[in-house]
Amino acid sequence: MNEAQTAVNNGINIEALLGAREALTAAPEAAKFVWRAASEWKSGTHTESRVDGFFGLGEEQKHVREFRYDSDHPEIFASEDNGPTPVEFVLVGLAGCLTAGIAAVAQNRGIQLHSVLASIEADMDIQGILGIDADVRNGFNGITVNYRIDADASEEDIAALVAQSQKRSAVFDIITNPTNVHVNVNK
Amino acid sequence: MSNTHEKPVRLAGAIDVVVIGAGHAGLSISYLLGEAGVDHVVLERGDVANSWRHERWDSLRLLTPNWQTRLPGKCYAGDDPDGFMPVAELIRFIDDYAAGTGAPVRTRTRVTSVRRTRAHYRVDTNRGSWVCNAVVLATGACNVASVPRVAADVPGHIAQLTPQDYRSPEQIESGGVLVVGASATGLQLADELLRAGRDVTIAAGEHVRMPRSYRGRDIFRWLDRTGIHHERYDEVEDINRGRRLPSPQLAGSHDRPILDLNNLREAGAVIAGRLMGVRDGIAQFSGSLRNVCALADLKMSRLLARIDQTADAEGAPAPERFEPTRVDDAPLLTVDLEAAGVRTILWATGFRPDYSWLNVPVMDRKGYLQHDGGIVASPGMYVLGLPLMRRRKSSFIFGIEDDARDIALHLIQYLHSTTKGNSNGIHRDDTAEPGNRLSA
Repeated sequence: MNEAQTAVNNGINIEALLGAREALTAAPEAAKFVWRAASEWKSGTHTESRVDGFFGLGEEQKHVREFRYDSDHPEIFASEDNGPTPVEFVLVGLAGCLTAGIAAVAQNRGIQLHSVLASIEADMDIQGILGIDADVRNGFNGITVNYRIDADASEEDIAALVAQSQKRSAVFDIITNPTNVHVNVNK
Repeated sequence: MSNTHEKPVRLAGAIDVVVIGAGHAGLSISYLLGEAGVDHVVLERGDVANSWRHERWDSLRLLTPNWQTRLPGKCYAGDDPDGFMPVAELIRFIDDYAAGTGAPVRTRTRVTSVRRTRAHYRVDTNRGSWVCNAVVLATGACNVASVPRVAADVPGHIAQLTPQDYRSPEQIESGGVLVVGASATGLQLADELLRAGRDVTIAAGEHVRMPRSYRGRDIFRWLDRTGIHHERYDEVEDINRGRRLPSPQLAGSHDRPILDLNNLREAGAVIAGRLMGVRDGIAQFSGSLRNVCALADLKMSRLLARIDQTADAEGAPAPERFEPTRVDDAPLLTVDLEAAGVRTILWATGFRPDYSWLNVPVMDRKGYLQHDGGIVASPGMYVLGLPLMRRRKSSFIFGIEDDARDIALHLIQYLHSTTKGNSNGIHRDDTAEPGNRLSA
């Protein structure tokens, strides 16, 4: 690690991350994680979801505390708006993932960040979910993420941070590439 | 190791070194071993330069300019130093080298097994077995075309080809072609198919963009002058990444200053993201195209900025910049292959070496050969010609000389250390060891 890297502080423990990378290269089984969420229908379109434990490094793990999230739909859908819509959670996930990646890559490259702001927009034609037009997909037609980043680096180096973050982002991959989804009932 | 149940195999010989493969790598180390008076044989499954001769397409030319085509003791002597050698000429070049150096090549001798005996290696072939002190794996990095698993989901009526099967556009049935892969091979073949009037879709994952010439010189001149091609494997930051880098988007031609997705798009190609799946006849492409193009553009800019330092110092013409890769607002995510008239998929998704015959535990869990700069993790075993093996230039024809000299030196020291006082280098009696039966 060079001096520039140690002087930079983005709140990322890069030694721990690099150490984990090395350890997991030697013990690939420990790299197999399972992420979980549990949810319960409340009423109408309101659902409460909880995130608590996950599996990784060969054993059950726990977050420092349980996190609870309400999802619902806005009033214009004749709902109570107890929380964001599920599709907005997807945007929250993408923002959180890409921005965490930017911080980690910046730390690794010795780049001090001052502010990282993102605004995300996703276009959707709700004729799909309402079953009006079978040619319209349910999901997003596209997602646009706009970053405003203030950092001690050239414009090109900042662009490279954002590109590298996308390359290594789980949520970016989940959204851009197909994933098999199995939904079971009373099993 | 010792296996008392194996069938007796005719002993073809006991020798210091067996070199496997008579391509540019095997012949180069053979030349150096010969100079040093080391007793060796070069075993070749087919003909000299077999992969070039039988497993590549008709229009292929070397990516490196002729002035750079050289092997230990032989330089390009033609009258077009800045041209790019067609494969037929390269085969002659390597043939001449084999003949001129008097390399002890046994052609039509396919190695079926290499194993470690107590103190030696045993190399079985379809023409008898060899016992030797050292083995050089010079079979190359590109024995088998890698085809992703998704190929199994392609409907049966669509023809599938790899660059090892492909020869020319005439061979491909009429209709559209999906070229999977945007490295040197994918873009060259897409270019050729477009020129032949085919509808071409290119599925592009991560790629390396690079101009053919820059600031008045061929890019390989700059990679040489800047020292980039001479960087050693133990100096690069991430060796695993470096070794798996896709080949740059280059062609052996001065037709264009740069061969990239922009000019193939202008020529009519549809550019999609990486092919991720085929389901019910519908090809699914990744939505990451914009980012893989951004990555390639940024990396090319960094390379050119590095070249600029050298070029400025040498007073080369002014820097050029290339237009960023253009990406549609909404690149294709799915193609119904039948409805779109796609009749052929060409997998330009890389090559890998074939070590299926290597019965020595030197592979890592991913199936990669474990070696330290060509010194394989089994005493007396060496490899040549792999990407970034000892230097960035290792996988190029001109890159073999420095590597082969290093390896030959290490190998000769190894022979001295294991065969002290034994001028023949190998105890012929060993062939009669129990568990090492090589009955005639």
